Amino acid sequence: MIKVKINGQEQSWDGDPDLPLLWFLRDEAGLTGTKFGCGQALCGACTVIIDKQAVRACITSVNDVAGREVTTIEGLHPSGDHPVQKAWRQVNVPQCGFCQAGQIMQAAALLMDNPKPSHDQIREAMAGNICRCGCYQRIENAVHLASTGV
Amino acid sequence: MNFIDNPRKLRGFEKHIRVEKVSRRSILKGLGVTGGFVLAAPVMSRQALAYETGAGKMPHGVVIDPRVFVSVAPDGIVTIVGHRSEMGTGVRTSLPLIVAEEMEADWSKVKVQQAHGDEVKFGNQDTDGSRSTRHYLIPMRQIGASARTMLEQAAAKRWKVPATEVKAVNHEVVHSASGRKLGFGELAADAAKESVPAIEGLKLKDPRDFRYLGKGQIGIVDLHDITTGKARYGADVRLPGMKYAAIARPPVTGGKLVKFEPDEALKVPGVEKVMQVQGWPWPSKFQPLGGVAVIARNTGAAIKGRDALKLTWDDGPNGKYESAAYRKELEEASRKPGLVLRQEGDADAALKGADKVIVGEYYIPHLAHVSMEPPVAVADVKGDKAEIWAPVQSPGGTREDVAKTLGIPEANVTVNVTLLGGGFGRKSKCDFALEAALLSKELGAPVKVQWTREDDIHNGFLHTVSVERIEAGLDKSGKVVAWRHRSVAPSIASTFAAGTVHQAPFEIGMGLVDMPFEIANISCENPEAAAHTRIGWFRSVSNIPRAFAVQSMVGEIAQATGRDQKETLLALIGSPRIVKPAVKDLWNYGEPFDSYPIDTARLRKVVELVAEKGEWGRQVPKGHGLGIAVHRSFVSYIATIVEVAVDEKGKLTVPRVDTAIDCGTYVNPERIASQIEGAAIMGLSIAKYGEITFKDGKVQQKNFDDFQVVRMDDSPVVTNVYIVPPGPDTPPSGVGEPGVPPLAPALINAIFAATGKRIRSLPIGKQLEA
Repeated sequence: MIKVKINGQEQSWDGDPDLPLLWFLRDEAGLTGTKFGCGQALCGACTVIIDKQAVRACITSVNDVAGREVTTIEGLHPSGDHPVQKAWRQVNVPQCGFCQAGQIMQAAALLMDNPKPSHDQIREAMAGNICRCGCYQRIENAVHLASTGV
Repeated sequence: MNFIDNPRKLRGFEKHIRVEKVSRRSILKGLGVTGGFVLAAPVMSRQALAYETGAGKMPHGVVIDPRVFVSVAPDGIVTIVGHRSEMGTGVRTSLPLIVAEEMEADWSKVKVQQAHGDEVKFGNQDTDGSRSTRHYLIPMRQIGASARTMLEQAAAKRWKVPATEVKAVNHEVVHSASGRKLGFGELAADAAKESVPAIEGLKLKDPRDFRYLGKGQIGIVDLHDITTGKARYGADVRLPGMKYAAIARPPVTGGKLVKFEPDEALKVPGVEKVMQVQGWPWPSKFQPLGGVAVIARNTGAAIKGRDALKLTWDDGPNGKYESAAYRKELEEASRKPGLVLRQEGDADAALKGADKVIVGEYYIPHLAHVSMEPPVAVADVKGDKAEIWAPVQSPGGTREDVAKTLGIPEANVTVNVTLLGGGFGRKSKCDFALEAALLSKELGAPVKVQWTREDDIHNGFLHTVSVERIEAGLDKSGKVVAWRHRSVAPSIASTFAAGTVHQAPFEIGMGLVDMPFEIANISCENPEAAAHTRIGWFRSVSNIPRAFAVQSMVGEIAQATGRDQKETLLALIGSPRIVKPAVKDLWNYGEPFDSYPIDTARLRKVVELVAEKGEWGRQVPKGHGLGIAVHRSFVSYIATIVEVAVDEKGKLTVPRVDTAIDCGTYVNPERIASQIEGAAIMGLSIAKYGEITFKDGKVQQKNFDDFQVVRMDDSPVVTNVYIVPPGPDTPPSGVGEPGVPPLAPALINAIFAATGKRIRSLPIGKQLEA
């Protein structure tokens, strides 16, 4: 039996310990905010935060996070008003929106590590998160806005 | 209009509505239309409609009925139905916003309800072709105006005053003479009893009074849900007892399963069952390819089980498809005469007599859509009833295809449309929903079919592969006097009919025969090309290779004559005029030519606007260059300037993109900007990286590592968008797609300006490193 804390709530899993965390979150825990985009840590749609680090849930097994604390988009802020979320809405970032949970989690992790990232630092830190709609200019503006106060 | 004040009273309203239907039908009969509420756009009066569109010719046409689209609750909440699919364009916000504008509803008191797939009820729902705003701006205004009129009539009756004395203003009806006011909620029940006014008599708002339309200050309705993880896409649907499936499909188009060994798959923890999936012979439109499904308690187990299957395939007739050899075939075909589609003057003779002939052979490979959400669908089939939840661009078509595939009546199929995590044309094809329906029927349980990214790339409906060969003949003064364009590419029609070798009218009309230059001798030809995989619509479709070829050739002409790119382009466009190509039954994006002509004044205007705002001719640092391109597609006009920087090692970056769009009358400029910003990224992805290749009939790429798309660190540093203010009564035109085509040629022209290297084959890949 593996125990994991997700968004402050203890969850247990007695199935395949190698099950990717992504599918545990989505199909077993019912937290569908974390998305499947590639399954190979190439697109960032499944980004969650573990110990203040952005982590790709698609290549992380449930076993890897045993006893640790996982934050998903659902747990980022109780009312959805994390500065990154507010900035995203202010800048009207999303088009289809599918990658945005991953983008937001990546941006939130970046700002924990570096509260005032430069233009180049934002572009580098966010480069692992693909947006096929092409919202990059707005993502960059939103991260900048979140870092300077929404 | 379902003015629901109390659910119990709904029956009574329905009865009332039925009476209304009779009277409406008689109106329709008078206009010579049968078949209930399906109104063809052309029957609408000119008073209400300053222009005609092709909306009425779409399957199931347009339904203009406030009772279908609008309901008002006693608490004043107005619910407006969005009947098109939301894949990122903002349409789920924009169309209901039009209704709210016209009915004077307060947007903060409006809820949007997604329509299920039912084209008889809602009219055409096929969300593609950049059609939603251009087909629905006026119908949505008419629906809103009808609802407003009914509310006003109800208030006038209550106050016993003439209807002309009352006016709906921001969610209330006001009688200014007496100062009386009634909220929409208070009027709901009475308004429902009013007859639906005839479309011909409706008074539409003066655009000067618009609160929302054209302003761009309303965020999309799903904004909060998207940023909090609550937005529901196809994969987010969960039903009690639902099983999860991953499918192994034939790796070669037209291939068949010979045998499979399920043992290793069944050993994977969480896997419950392995079963065969019915397949259809190629080509068969959107029917599933067949294969073997692994059913599990979660998606992770299903994928792991699927990957453990041992499979033997018969690759069939396309087992030798190989991209390099096929490219040679296309190139050879392009060097011989083909089916002549447009002929003006004598291009052969003019080329022979030309002082100089410039030849460009341009290549664009297959492309995959790779929407961030791979195909996915949930189905629950019980007996002769089926319910589907899926991110589909064509819910009406999906309903039809599910019914046919299961052999049940269409009335027994419900298609619920979730948000689409990107579509780009891939989700116009409902094969994934059909797979889910087949599996659910056999399992007797709800099932979710999840495609992996590898599945998406291996078994998609790819953008075609094409060689575009252009020969331009110049006289001594450098004027272009001859133009021959041969376009060779397998057609989308090959996915519907075996033996297709020529392009369909809707493909040749995308930048080949509608070429707008003022040249005396023109020949547009289409040599034969057979398909060896499933070809489908990809955002902007054939406009991608055509704009790349035509606008690159403009750059080459500028290069050969030593003239400025922009001046060369304007000289080719020529005088402001309506271009009428000598083409039989010219396909014009389904629109009547009178409303949507090929207008070179508008083409010139976007070039001039982008040149002015985008500072054409500005000094750029060493290693930088500027390129320009313009293209009319989806009846919109778009021009783009790209600034590139190429370093000594050949590394390409894009400091700035400027785009001007003339899309006629528009609804939401903020969403137009976002579409055009995104189109620049997609255009850049196509130009830099986009290539699907085949070997032994199989796609060689598998995921975002070998089918790359632009990421933030190589996206343009700045993208500016300029929207041409529409003239009065300028019909709305496309936005979702037309931004893509001009990007690649503008980029290629900029690379030439920066480096002197002319790239004719996409993707750029490592060509600049050589």
